[in-house]
Amino acid sequence: MLEFILRRVAQAVLVLFVMTLLVFFGVHVIGNPVYIFASSECTRECLNDIIANLGLDRPIWEQYWLFLGNLLQGDLGRSFTHGVPAMSLIWQRFPATLELATAALVLALAAGLPLGLYAGLRPDSPVSKAIMGFSMLGFSVPIFWIGLILILTFSVRLGWLPAIGRGQLVEVLGVRVSFLTLDGLRHLAMPSFTLSLIMMSMVIRLTRAGMREVLHTDYIRFARANGIRESRVIGVHAMKNILIPVVTVLGMEFASVIAFAVVTESIFSWPGVGKMLIDAIAVLDRPLIVAYLIFVVVMFVTLNLLVDILYSVLDPRVRVGGRTR
Amino acid sequence: MAPVLDIRGLRTAFATAAGDLHALDGIDLVVNRGEIVALVGESGSGKSVTGFSITGLLPAAARVTAGEVRLNGIDLRALSPAAMRSLRGRKVAMIFQDPMMTLNPVLRIDTQMTDALRAHLPLGRAEARARCAAALAEVGIDEPEARLKMYPHQLSGGMRQRVAIAIALLHSPDLVIADEPTTALDVTIQGQILAVVQRLCREKGTALVWITHDLAVVAGIADRIAVMYAGRIVEQGPVDAVLDAPRHPYTRGLIDSVPASHPKGQRLPQIPGRMPTLTELPEGCAFAPRCTRRSAACAARPDPAEAAPGRWVRCFHPLPGAGG
Repeated sequence: MLEFILRRVAQAVLVLFVMTLLVFFGVHVIGNPVYIFASSECTRECLNDIIANLGLDRPIWEQYWLFLGNLLQGDLGRSFTHGVPAMSLIWQRFPATLELATAALVLALAAGLPLGLYAGLRPDSPVSKAIMGFSMLGFSVPIFWIGLILILTFSVRLGWLPAIGRGQLVEVLGVRVSFLTLDGLRHLAMPSFTLSLIMMSMVIRLTRAGMREVLHTDYIRFARANGIRESRVIGVHAMKNILIPVVTVLGMEFASVIAFAVVTESIFSWPGVGKMLIDAIAVLDRPLIVAYLIFVVVMFVTLNLLVDILYSVLDPRVRVGGRTR
Repeated sequence: MAPVLDIRGLRTAFATAAGDLHALDGIDLVVNRGEIVALVGESGSGKSVTGFSITGLLPAAARVTAGEVRLNGIDLRALSPAAMRSLRGRKVAMIFQDPMMTLNPVLRIDTQMTDALRAHLPLGRAEARARCAAALAEVGIDEPEARLKMYPHQLSGGMRQRVAIAIALLHSPDLVIADEPTTALDVTIQGQILAVVQRLCREKGTALVWITHDLAVVAGIADRIAVMYAGRIVEQGPVDAVLDAPRHPYTRGLIDSVPASHPKGQRLPQIPGRMPTLTELPEGCAFAPRCTRRSAACAARPDPAEAAPGRWVRCFHPLPGAGG
């Protein structure tokens, strides 16, 4: 297992390096931030000052070299617009996004597993068909539309839930969270539901498909032939097999939910990293964009590693490290 | 004393868009305590459906439409699902064909065994484990304690089938239905598995229904044989009598198709044609279209007739018996 993890970390470093290349040179192509910072009266000298100030007068490979050196020391540069280290901005915003994404994940599992299970056990019932129709909608209807409709319905028309912001926060272990207060939960409800829809639909479909498949296997028949209770046959013998694809897909999906909660955060003005990224792109705040993308890569790699480890816990056949004969 | 298994007039149908198709059409079968009965037939003849009809584990589209299934005199068709569950594993157990598929790939052997054990016995963990280890030792698995901690993929095919047998026999059931349990195994392993099952059933007085298409296996293990064709038992009787002097033309053809029963180099006799599928069953005798002895009478449905004591044949023109 240790060897496996080490190998994966080495791969991760390589991936990270390639990413820095792509990201760093990529953002240099999309536009020159100098023109955004410069006022309209700015003369040539004034422009040159700004360029020198930002370190953009040096050749690009030298800039990259500098960036890489700083990266190795954990420094991802200062935001052009905020003038503070980019990472500190990200860390400041990240808990909000993480809370939103986690709430979405919990919601997706809590609703998706039972719904998918039901649809898998009774594929022909009208309820199952309604569930599958719902999951189809979850996949195909755009998130921003759902978000807006939710706001229209529950905030504007019914006035039950607040439309924007995070609500009242409580500090837990130095992190400010909103899910522990009623006001926070009310703020969390709509954005987390909106964000969870795609994951939930995925869980429903995977669970249903898995259940349909597993129910026909000999080992389920054998378990039944042994008189094992149906609840245990479904809940343990079948479920453990079904969870394998669910965990894999959700693990990958969770990373992208965190990374690209942009739309949901924008609609509900959720003060997370997604909204920060949009703002950064708007003003071509290169260090912040680069730092965020590097951060996302690290997160993806880490989550994938976690998924692999969890996967091997669930599926003994893929267990690595010579435990098998 | 009532026989362990008493099936009368069992009919099982699959619901299809074209209406009910009867995969079993009037099965009569009696299995006594400690007896080993081989259920023989080609794929699709209804052997496995018979097994699942007994245990109430038919696929969702299938259901028993008529007849009686009695286990120790208890009418299984009248039982509630919960009562049926409490019989499964305790009174009647099953062993399946492919040991690669019968054990759950993601659960350890001990989990699967203790689950089966505790489905019917309120045992503590330690005691359950000890019983499981003992059961493994009984089917000839060495280091049972270590094997308990393994996953199925860590065991060989023969070993897995032994585990499945150990699980099936955990509660010393009165009846075990073994659905081609040696077909997927190497010949050498087949012999071992056969020996283990035979020994344990004899020791515990367990009745065994051995579903197979392999006549060599039948000769080696069974007391009686029931030959199935297109959802009906066409002939049954003591294994030696049936194999030596088959009365039904189909049984004859089946025996003649075994390569070992003929001199080398000689052309192997075949039964012409193939077994009809459920959608194209003829009105009368299902074997008639392939039969050399058919006559106009075969357009009607033959009923089982006792040709000799304990010997039933479902044919209008049975072959002459051994004595004439």
